[in-house]
Amino acid sequence: MTGTLLVALYIFVLAIFTGFEVITKVPPLLHTPLMSGANAISGITVVGAVISAGMEAELTTTILGTLAVVFGMINVIGGFLVTDRMLEMFKKDKK
Amino acid sequence: MDQLTTQELITKLLYLVSIVFFIFGLKNLGSPKTARRGNIFASLGMFIAVVVTLFHQDIISYTWIIVGLVAGGLLGGIAARTVKMTDMPQMVAIFNGFGGGASTLVALAEYHHLMDKAALIPGGQTEITVAISIIIGTITFFGSLVAFAKLQGLVRGAPIVLPFHNGMNGLFILATLIIAVLGIITPINPMYFYIVLALMALLGVTMVIPIGGADMPVVISLLNSFSGLAASATGFVLMNEVLIVSGALVGAAGLILTFLMCDAMNRSLYNVLFGAVGTDGGGGAVAGDRSVTAYTADDAMVLLENANKVIIVPGYGLAVAQAQHVLQEMVELLQKEGVKVLYAIHPVAGRMPGHMNVLLAEANAPYDLLKDLDEINDEFQSADVALVVGANDVTNPAARTETDSPIYGMPILNVDHAERVMIIKRSLNPGFAGVDNPLFFEEKTMMLFGDAKEMVTDIVSLLKEA
Repeated sequence: MTGTLLVALYIFVLAIFTGFEVITKVPPLLHTPLMSGANAISGITVVGAVISAGMEAELTTTILGTLAVVFGMINVIGGFLVTDRMLEMFKKDKK
Repeated sequence: MDQLTTQELITKLLYLVSIVFFIFGLKNLGSPKTARRGNIFASLGMFIAVVVTLFHQDIISYTWIIVGLVAGGLLGGIAARTVKMTDMPQMVAIFNGFGGGASTLVALAEYHHLMDKAALIPGGQTEITVAISIIIGTITFFGSLVAFAKLQGLVRGAPIVLPFHNGMNGLFILATLIIAVLGIITPINPMYFYIVLALMALLGVTMVIPIGGADMPVVISLLNSFSGLAASATGFVLMNEVLIVSGALVGAAGLILTFLMCDAMNRSLYNVLFGAVGTDGGGGAVAGDRSVTAYTADDAMVLLENANKVIIVPGYGLAVAQAQHVLQEMVELLQKEGVKVLYAIHPVAGRMPGHMNVLLAEANAPYDLLKDLDEINDEFQSADVALVVGANDVTNPAARTETDSPIYGMPILNVDHAERVMIIKRSLNPGFAGVDNPLFFEEKTMMLFGDAKEMVTDIVSLLKEA
């Protein structure tokens, strides 16, 4: 195991705990938006996809990478927009 | 650690900024006042991460990147703009699946790339992390597709149980692990990883297909957690910190919601995933000897109009009938008559966490009328009418007393404590748990048979005439 991997593991574990801390006691009203907003963040994998699609490696990597960009973008754009739509609705009902 | 070039340094620092935006975003999403800002923070974080990546030194051609960004962006954008609010659970499920799928694809792309450069070491960390990424990402993708199909009504919502279901899944997992290890130690042959992918696709399907419709809130939040973990695993493949951290954050968030939903049903995650509880209410046996009295909209209108306090219990049937707007119209008419009206929201009512809140918000139901299980349960005693619209198991008193009932121990809404109970329902079919609801046969209960939307519309027009 390399030192880099070990540091990455540290970061991973700490981030999991951060996640638990940040998201406790969310009111039921926000369960769906929180879920779909978090869901959009999981589309971060599009970052890796962009590199795979653009590095002009062999064909397989380019194809898989491009498909991954499409999948990731559906997740990111769809997720954030749908969350915003829901939250806009919530705001509207406060008036 | 390696010395970074200036460009790498700037990239990594900006990724850190993205991470901070994600954390603030999630934090703000947890409170009604700041939620919208939270979502904007999170999307800004994403924007920064993607733009920074476009300057990555390994990128030579932008053709396919642009094709992918535009195609995916358009598809996601159009879907998000056009989806009906009542179809939200399946939309969230499918978006989530695409995230998991993307993680698997990136891991595979990297694997092929390194294989091509002959840079793979048997048993090395890349092989191991690629295997993990494929396993989690593929389960997420196919599990979410099945969840989508069930919610969209493409597949029967009821559990579909194959013979030796859990044993078979156990075998799938065992076989996957063996083949994954083979793939890890023989990195010149990608075939093993594709077998792993195929097995995980099967497992994703066979894991979700036996889960009943009303357990969907748990499944959807668990898959959400998986999609985060898949992104994190891919982050380990690429040694990319922003993926590792963001994925872990989402993984944690999803897990919290998952356990919250399990608690709300007083069932363990294991029981939800492997218990195959439920029938989805399709044609269950109706207890023959007991009789119920069917009432009409007129009866309901008179009672509602003369009540002091009415508590409405919405369920998935409200979403299916799309009766939320007319229901809220009825609430406003009753309020004009001086009736106090509240909504009682069970945490697992509907098909995703917070489903009823989204549905009623669409109908402009004021937030302060929506009460949680804990807030409302003592109020039923003083209510003249509890009106149940499209809900069933969350009101079933059997959960309190019948130890052999599949829903025994689930916290329920105490509708039977109200003076009268009105239930709008299409038939006497049991709910997802496949158990009769003794509430239907109680003397204080009025059954209003029919479609929720038609029934409430009838009540509304009667109220207007009166």
